[in-house]
Amino acid sequence: MAERLQTFYDIMRAQGTSRRSFLKFCSLTAAALGLEPAYAGAIAHAMETKPRLPVLWMHGLECTCCSESFIRSGSPLASDVILKMISLDYDDTLMAAAGADAEKALTEIPAKYPGEYVLAVEGNPPLNEDGMYCITGGRPFVEKLREVAANAKAVIAWGACASWGCVQAARPNPTQAVPIDKVITDKPIIKVPGCPPIAEVMTGVISYIVTFNRLPELDSRGRPAMFYGQRIHDKCYRRPHFDAGEFVQSWDDDGARKGYCLYKMGCKGPTTYNACSTTRWNGGVSFPIQSGHGCLGCSEDHFWDNGPFYSRLANIGAAFGIEATADEIGGTAAGIALAGVAAHAAASAVKHFSAKPKDHEGEK
Amino acid sequence: MSAPAPHANGTGVVKAPVYVYELPVRIWHWVNLFAFALLVVTGLLIARPIWPQLDGEPYHLYVMGWVREIHFVSAYIFAVGFAVRVYWVFVGNAHAREIFLPAVWSCAWWKGMWTTIRWYLMIDREAPVEVGHNPLAQAAMFLLFVLGALFQIVTGFALYGEGAGGWSARLFSSWVIPLFGGSMEVHTWHHLAMWYILVFVIIHIYMVIREDIMSRAAIVSAMINGWRMFKDNRP
Repeated sequence: MAERLQTFYDIMRAQGTSRRSFLKFCSLTAAALGLEPAYAGAIAHAMETKPRLPVLWMHGLECTCCSESFIRSGSPLASDVILKMISLDYDDTLMAAAGADAEKALTEIPAKYPGEYVLAVEGNPPLNEDGMYCITGGRPFVEKLREVAANAKAVIAWGACASWGCVQAARPNPTQAVPIDKVITDKPIIKVPGCPPIAEVMTGVISYIVTFNRLPELDSRGRPAMFYGQRIHDKCYRRPHFDAGEFVQSWDDDGARKGYCLYKMGCKGPTTYNACSTTRWNGGVSFPIQSGHGCLGCSEDHFWDNGPFYSRLANIGAAFGIEATADEIGGTAAGIALAGVAAHAAASAVKHFSAKPKDHEGEK
Repeated sequence: MSAPAPHANGTGVVKAPVYVYELPVRIWHWVNLFAFALLVVTGLLIARPIWPQLDGEPYHLYVMGWVREIHFVSAYIFAVGFAVRVYWVFVGNAHAREIFLPAVWSCAWWKGMWTTIRWYLMIDREAPVEVGHNPLAQAAMFLLFVLGALFQIVTGFALYGEGAGGWSARLFSSWVIPLFGGSMEVHTWHHLAMWYILVFVIIHIYMVIREDIMSRAAIVSAMINGWRMFKDNRP
């Protein structure tokens, strides 16, 4: 590691990138972030003058789908992000180094650049049994997470695991897996939920931090507003069929072939905040609804507990061992109320007419 | 409004009628009924669009759009009515406060509650006479209707703000959605609370009809003309 951190531009020129290619890269990045053309200059200036951002990327309880998504980013290319925009000093699934030398980065970088590096967390820590359900490099992940986060400038929570808990935190959550904001409470945390998040959203968040040297604007739940500001439903290309009331009634019916709305098949688009219907996946090729399958709501909190995936009404009461929809619970309550009313009415009638035998006799 | 003339019921002159429900309260009651009925029907249709398969150019049809539009307009009427009714708690007569601020601090209120429960359990032979709502009705209306309606208004505008943006997004969606954990949870609770109010409606309609027949005062007509009329002259 050089004493002075190299700028992005230094690195790119050293790798043989021409000035022309560099400026094209800046324009593309500006476009990918949805900025006006004038910002290409700002990005170029930032990359020429600012040192590369040290990033430590830690993995807890997770499936690595976030990394798998990340490396498929089309604009900017994941390789451009890793090799030119940031200085990825630790990532146990991507780095070549291994063993004690690799683990050293987790102590060296925070000591060398306190308050300047970004900690990216994929997965989450389990708290049960003192964190013994997730051991990396011989130590509980939760301990390492606390240590590395202590001097970080900011923390990125990659995916549903780090942001909300995801499958390992679904009921009954035996390992007590928790989202990282339950462990890291004194640092700004950018939540980039999704299972996995969209590749361009991941690289877009990093590009933004690097370009503007600040965190993107976050919504009330800590997600970048530019990617999570609207629901899938709001920008879904099948929305006209929803408003018309044209729904797919069963898989492979005529409506499904005509591309009608998947609302009745349990699509979670109306309750899911993500950029899938605009950014789409795999370089804009498609996204679940476009391939005829409803949204699972993977970027929402508790998405495993809000099932079933193929029904509009969610099950409630899984915590109590019974699963029922709002209509089943409410309908039962209303039925009990009606039965109670009928029974009370019958008893009242009996009482009313049996209580006054004398009055009735007197009337005769 | 002038009082209806006291009338005889065969056993002598009855107690003079009392003006209980002022005009705004009565209008609110019936507007509520209308809005709530529309909200229940359209709400159930939004949760389960059960109509047969539709076909054709989407811009010729706006079925789900209209169902949702009616739901939103009824919701606005329901919410504005609720706001006006809360205002009336402060400027209306004493009876206007009963279901919003039941007098749980008063011994007499609890005593009345006990008397009412005994009457409903058919332990007592004679109905207690109440000018306004009896304490049990006050408690039920506060817990089931007032709190239920407030819950529906808050969660409803939070869900509305998700799509509509603007003030409902700022005032409601911004904190309600995170509070419940997510949009799906708010939908589920909003749906459950509809049933909660519906259970109230079932009990309310039954009780009103039962009391109109079995108690010693007129109940149903009071919400139409505002006057509580009594059937006898005993305390």
